[in-house]
Amino acid sequence: MYKYNDFDEGFVRSRVAQFRGQVERRIDGSLTEDEFKPLRLMNGLYLQLHAYMLRVAIPYGTLNSGQMRQLAFIADKWDKGYGHFTTRQNIQYNWPKLPDVPDMLEALADVEMHAIQTSGNTIRNVTADHFAGAAADEIEDPRPYAELLRQWSTDHAEFQFLPRKFKIAVTGAAEDRAVVRAHDIGLQIVRNDAGEVGFQVIVGGGLGRTPMVGKVIKDFLPKEDLLPYCEAIVSVYNLLGRRDNKYKARIKITVHENGLEKIQELVEERFAAIREDFIGYDQDLLKDIKKAFAAPDFAQKSTDGYEAARAANPAFRSWTDTNLSAHRAEGYAIVSVSIKKHGATPGDATSDQMRVLADLAQQYGHDELRISHEQNVIFPHVHKSDLPAIYAALREADLATANIGLVSDIIACPGMDYCALATARSIPIAQEIATRFDELKIEHDIGALKIKISGCINACGHHHVGHIGILGLDRAGVENYQITLGGDGTQTTTIGTRAGPGFSAEEIVPAIERLVTGYLDLRENPEETFLEAYRRLGMEPFKAILYPAEEKADAA
Amino acid sequence: MPRAFTPKVVTANALLEGDAVWLTEDNRWTRDMREAELITDEAHADLRLLEGQARVDEIAGAYLADAKAGPEGPEPTHFREDFRTRGPSNYDHGKQADHASRA
Ligand code: HEM
Ligand code: SF4
Repeated sequence: MYKYNDFDEGFVRSRVAQFRGQVERRIDGSLTEDEFKPLRLMNGLYLQLHAYMLRVAIPYGTLNSGQMRQLAFIADKWDKGYGHFTTRQNIQYNWPKLPDVPDMLEALADVEMHAIQTSGNTIRNVTADHFAGAAADEIEDPRPYAELLRQWSTDHAEFQFLPRKFKIAVTGAAEDRAVVRAHDIGLQIVRNDAGEVGFQVIVGGGLGRTPMVGKVIKDFLPKEDLLPYCEAIVSVYNLLGRRDNKYKARIKITVHENGLEKIQELVEERFAAIREDFIGYDQDLLKDIKKAFAAPDFAQKSTDGYEAARAANPAFRSWTDTNLSAHRAEGYAIVSVSIKKHGATPGDATSDQMRVLADLAQQYGHDELRISHEQNVIFPHVHKSDLPAIYAALREADLATANIGLVSDIIACPGMDYCALATARSIPIAQEIATRFDELKIEHDIGALKIKISGCINACGHHHVGHIGILGLDRAGVENYQITLGGDGTQTTTIGTRAGPGFSAEEIVPAIERLVTGYLDLRENPEETFLEAYRRLGMEPFKAILYPAEEKADAA
Repeated sequence: MPRAFTPKVVTANALLEGDAVWLTEDNRWTRDMREAELITDEAHADLRLLEGQARVDEIAGAYLADAKAGPEGPEPTHFREDFRTRGPSNYDHGKQADHASRA
């Protein structure tokens, strides 16, 4: 893991001290809210519906057990004993009190964490594949590049007041687990025909009110050009991006309105002009960063105990079937811990659960944890012989739900239960859907299916790229939920299509149940996933299930 | 044609805790909406909002929210404001409990 140097440490501490002064001046009345708001947002502090909210960066979703324990400590001491893991690999605290926030930031600094650039029109937390450094299908670990990008973008003077927030995601594998095509810049590590490793650069993806799939601006970028090329993209956007209308301010609109060719031309021009300013210091830094991300020493051990436990315990077997992914090292697995127990709030972990996760990572997982953009927690490096013990401990902590990638593994934004921008609630809908399918006991039969819910058009819950997306809206003062189908957040990124009129809060869960059980009848065989069936059959049969003829007749 | 004025309350978030609060007739910020001043006159509403907004060292983000008279005092008319009287629906975080015990 990357370890702060003296500069990093000093920088983060000075920001905490600076914010402490600003909070004091807000409380004694010398700063008005209008003056204070941009300052608190620069430190990740929002004012939400019922309380403040502090958004803490977990760069590229990677943390160690000490950091996880500190997150638990903060939840206990200054919040209500839990934290919320988000789709941008952050953690949010929903109940901080304003006078406590500087202490919370100080506690974060103690473990090399912060909330800088988790809000505002800056380059936000750089996200990465949550299986980075472990996945069997990876060309190279993307995290050293993500860390390099973080250091370059943090407090970058030119990029503190961009037209809008700016998000970068990096993946090192062909299978996209970082939704790189829905980011302002998506970076995918690829190998060219000559066998060299570099980046495919994608720009202008994004969700929100105008969802767009990113476009390839550079097929193959040599690795050493990463920073100057990204700098060129962001400065072109900084100049051209629309500041007259915040809904048109994202780079996706800049690319759309100017055309990819023009942006490409301007980026190349700018790149040529600044290339020589990057004189290799970044490459020296990268070498140091890479050392920090060296893979752990993987052990050679027997997996007989693991196989025996699988044979003896069907619950354990089912959990290993759904929650493990292929690791690059012999005898190892990647474990996804579901933070989506049926009926619970997606992404919320209690402080006790965080401590259990920290202990397990320390004891069995080379001291590493990841937060996935799907709001789950990952142990990236676990020897299979340790899985029975891990499973037993997870069960004790209510963390052994075997539902990764299944219908109840729902991404849900905070919605109107917390968020000041929301137009409807998301969490109760997610809770009800998960509970309903658990009662029906058909979750494993349904197989891979991604449901994603947002409580407003901003699409924090990724509904546009859900196989089934749900968007909560306010229709004449009541909650209403619109369904989209066929979205996909992987390497074949697709924006979902609206199925038709929305459903009331009472109707939405039955509608989803009809849709999913209807798919079971429509599929060619049990191997055909919901998304594949939708792609084969198109919208019509699903629409017919959602809006049965008699209802239409009634309404007529 | 101008729309008819519907009754309002002045509401905001408490500066230190962030809780939803409402302005009472005797100029307190209450955590119980039923104690709020229900304002039926538009000019008076504008004035009360300005007075509320000026109290920058107590609250943030004051605005006028629609409300109606209930048996125990003002009640919200929109679900958003209703949620603000209670707190989130996924946990019982105090405000709901207080509300239930007084209801
Ligand atoms: C509760 C406080 C939150 C607020 C006020 C908030 C605000 C916003 C806003 C305004 C946008 C639209 C930005 C634009 O298109 O320009 C947005 C998008 C987004 N937010 Fe949030 N959000 C919140 C929580 C979250 C959470 C909890 C997550 C993850 C679970 C999240 C992840 C995202 C993502 C992934 C997008 C869309 C991606 C894109 O930029 O295209 N946000 N958010
Ligand atoms: S999608 Fe809307 S409601 Fe949900 S967290 Fe984002 S801004 Fe809030």
